[in-house]
Amino acid sequence: MLLKKWLTAFGRYLILMSRTFTRPERLRMFLKEYVKEMSQLGVNSIGIVLLISFFIGAVICIQMKLNIQSPWMPRWVTGYTTREIMLLEFSSSIMCLILAGKVGSNIASELGTMRVTQQIDALDIMGVNSANFLILPKIMGMMTIMPFLVIFSSATGTLGAYATAYIGHLLPPDDLTLGFQHAFRSWFVWMSIIKSIFFAFIISSVPSYFGYTVEGGSVNVGKASTDAVVTSSVLILFSDVFLTQLLS
Amino acid sequence: MIEVKNLYKDFEDVKVLKDISTTFENGKTNLIIGRSGSGKTVLMKNLVGLLTPTKGKVLYDGRDFVAMTKKEKVLMRREMGMIFQSAALFDSMTVLENVMFPLDMFAPMTLRNRIKRAKECLDRVNLLGAEDKYPGEISGGMQKRVAIARAISMNPKYLFCDEPNSGLDPKTSLVIDDLLHSITQEYNITTIINTHDMNSVMGIGENIIFIHEGRKEWQGVSGDIMHSDNQLLTDFIFASDLLKNMRQVVLEHEGRK
Repeated sequence: MLLKKWLTAFGRYLILMSRTFTRPERLRMFLKEYVKEMSQLGVNSIGIVLLISFFIGAVICIQMKLNIQSPWMPRWVTGYTTREIMLLEFSSSIMCLILAGKVGSNIASELGTMRVTQQIDALDIMGVNSANFLILPKIMGMMTIMPFLVIFSSATGTLGAYATAYIGHLLPPDDLTLGFQHAFRSWFVWMSIIKSIFFAFIISSVPSYFGYTVEGGSVNVGKASTDAVVTSSVLILFSDVFLTQLLS
Repeated sequence: MIEVKNLYKDFEDVKVLKDISTTFENGKTNLIIGRSGSGKTVLMKNLVGLLTPTKGKVLYDGRDFVAMTKKEKVLMRREMGMIFQSAALFDSMTVLENVMFPLDMFAPMTLRNRIKRAKECLDRVNLLGAEDKYPGEISGGMQKRVAIARAISMNPKYLFCDEPNSGLDPKTSLVIDDLLHSITQEYNITTIINTHDMNSVMGIGENIIFIHEGRKEWQGVSGDIMHSDNQLLTDFIFASDLLKNMRQVVLEHEGRK
């Protein structure tokens, strides 16, 4: 029964995506919405991304220094492990999980409210492809801005780690720099970016589905918002396993 | 003109519309009336294509809307305007942007002409001066007027209104009714209004369809209602004691003549 429900939902999701990924009726209107969504979903998330990344970068550095670093370890190990954790997992996957909460609930509740207040019906009556008009700019906007958020996150995490060196005097900044530069592979940056683009698609398309297909009233909008966040988070975690295996 | 032929709509085992056949005339305010749950909104949703009938035809000036392809329906919808019960204005847009929206999407006009046309429509509903306000900043009556301006911005051939007076005071309701009636005549469009409002029925009902439990029970003009011997209709229209007494007085007065 549950499997049938999931398969039905997946089928509906695919149908919605097929309606979404069509040529916009007015390119001018699409671009206007695209820029607006990039600003609303992406640029407005920069603050939280920078704040969390700075402190997580600092905390990872402290934990590595206190728990891994020892006289038998090379002096670059703290910087090296901090960089690998930030770049490979935190800035792409964990940051996307956090954004799934912020952006996902935003998208699901916005579209859900539009559905229950008949704004989506109004678009349909006008002959506008409402899925394409409302959802495509969100997906494209999120997929465009996400790589930048990942880069900002990694950079701010690095700053957080340096803060422990310069302000906390936990370890010499030179050791940290040595660690950051040790065995650096630029592919890891690309890997992080590629993963984040996939996650951006999940973060924007799954809540769009939940919001767009809401039936009923405000209680159902709230439920759709919660379901959207939970489902996108689970999907990010699952796909992280596959993507990491595939890209490594 | 919109013709409905033998229209049925079922939701699984529940039969909501049963063999509805009627004609909505051009240049007239056509009213669909009936109790809550009688199937009025479902009928309107079938007319505009938000629902697909189980059986039957909906003909727009002879063109079968039900049998149209998706693409043809999209083009057909550009000839329609709709005013929803909740006005359904876009929250994130100003009044002017709401009215301009259909023009932005479909009209091959310059920005200056689109703004000019939107302002003309706002002027038609006496809302010039409210262009920069957001829907949340204006009253319910004003929201309905913005919805009317948006609906007429593309010069539709068919105008649908789902309970346009719901939530409005009687005086504002009259303003909305007068506006819909005059716009219908001015632009010679087929207007269909779904309503509970008895003032609308008696005031602007040029072709009234009474739906009861999914069936068309009665069709006529407002002047016929007073003399109708259809018990279901008179029970619905003259529901309160005051209205029953008023009808009694009118009929007795006419009888004395």
